[in-house]
Amino acid sequence: MIELLSYPFMQRALLAGTLIGIACAVIGTYVVLKGLSFIGAGIAHASFGGVALGFLLNVNPVLTAVVFCLGTAWGIGLVARKGHVKEDTAVGVFFASTMAFGILVIGLMHGYNVDLFGYLFGSIVAVSRSDVWMILGLSAAVLFLVWVFFKELLFVTFDAEMAAVTGVPAGRIYFLLISLMAITVVLSIKVVGIVLVSALLVTPAAAAYQMTENFRRMMALAVLIGVCSSVGGLLLSWKLDTAPGATIVLVSTLIFFLAASVSPRRRGLRHGD
Amino acid sequence: MNEKGPIIELEHVKVAYQDLLVLDDVSLTVPAGSFLAIIGPNGAGKTTLLQVILGLVRPASGRVRIFGKVPAELDGERRRIGYVPQILSVDVNFPVSVREVVLMGRYGRMGLFRRPTRGDYRAAKEAMERVGVVDLADRPIRRLSGGERQRVFLARALANEPDLLLLDEPTTGVDTASSEGLYELLRVLHASGITMLVVSHDVGVVASYVEGVVCINRRLVAHGRPAEVLGSDALSKMYGCDAMFFHHGRVPHLVVERDQ
Repeated sequence: MIELLSYPFMQRALLAGTLIGIACAVIGTYVVLKGLSFIGAGIAHASFGGVALGFLLNVNPVLTAVVFCLGTAWGIGLVARKGHVKEDTAVGVFFASTMAFGILVIGLMHGYNVDLFGYLFGSIVAVSRSDVWMILGLSAAVLFLVWVFFKELLFVTFDAEMAAVTGVPAGRIYFLLISLMAITVVLSIKVVGIVLVSALLVTPAAAAYQMTENFRRMMALAVLIGVCSSVGGLLLSWKLDTAPGATIVLVSTLIFFLAASVSPRRRGLRHGD
Repeated sequence: MNEKGPIIELEHVKVAYQDLLVLDDVSLTVPAGSFLAIIGPNGAGKTTLLQVILGLVRPASGRVRIFGKVPAELDGERRRIGYVPQILSVDVNFPVSVREVVLMGRYGRMGLFRRPTRGDYRAAKEAMERVGVVDLADRPIRRLSGGERQRVFLARALANEPDLLLLDEPTTGVDTASSEGLYELLRVLHASGITMLVVSHDVGVVASYVEGVVCINRRLVAHGRPAEVLGSDALSKMYGCDAMFFHHGRVPHLVVERDQ
């Protein structure tokens, strides 16, 4: 195990995994409480179109994925807030069309692309030095924005209407939140993979939700669970030679079921209703 | 707050969601210091009326002035409006404590990039004291009864030190004893100078506390003192059935006879 840590690629993967675990858990706390997990899945699948386009145009796929995911997030947000279409319908439309676009683009490329496979299911060896810097920069930006708008994000997640009534710019905070989701998805896809990134957004926070009735404690627990899942999953995937994204997600799912089975929420019945 | 003019002015307000007409030609003036109940059947547009006043819904036509301004242009005045939404509109399992919820009432006035100051904590504590939930400050909201939770949302509105308080069905999911306690509390708050507007369907209870009743069923059906409005045939017009209103002891009762 110690010798494993001396490999530079493993150090990079573990550092990246830790950062991803933190960012996904923090944003996931809002996703779970506001019921945005389907939007998360939609944004994650949109990144497929972005990554594929990046390969076709021979530019950094992360860059095109950021553009694609932000565009999709805002598109879903705009359509849903206008109220012409339900939120989950909007997600369904964007979900499929961005995926379809990605598949179309892959068809235009010649031959099979190993790198693309890494983006789909995650890869430890694929995390380069520049990827680590990118992940570090983006996750720092996400965490900084959460810190700056902490009270507004909490209020809008809890009660958006009341937030708007009391003069909090609720609409803009909502767009900030889905933008943060989009960025978090993109910074995670190298390690976890497009297919499974939305699970990492939801599962650690969902496990933490089972264990506490305090918002800050929920976020802190989610971070702990997220980091344990990422690091544990990466080490396991190396040992078992399995896909890192799948292993990370399954570790977090195991923690979720453990948390749910000892949840005080199940024991403590509400009085009054 | 000594206000010379009316706090709320609505003139010929019409609201439609696509083809559905929700409010039609509603005109209403609420002077400062009023204590009014808005009653009407389900789907009568009561909540929409509050949302118009709050600036959350913009009318298709008509004129709205709150503190003499168009709702969208309220800024400093916004904090003068307290709102207690329907209890069902929030997730009661959300992991927040009573204190955190009450403090949220001040987030808007604090502004972006600011943390709560000692003054904000003091205002939240005073609001909790006024409604009698200060002992519950550290309790998660999911561990409250319906009546306690309603008081917490009232405290959140009060934390902002409003001059106008709008309440949407404050007694939904609250037992009879707690709901009378809540109305007693509203009476005390009104006596301290807050203008009150309460949306309710429990006509009987509300009538013994308020000074005026506004009946709406898309249109304004009646507006006047409780005895006048509830004694007239306005109720039967509104519910589309025979309704009778009589006083029995201290609490007036409403009897509705539906057409068979």
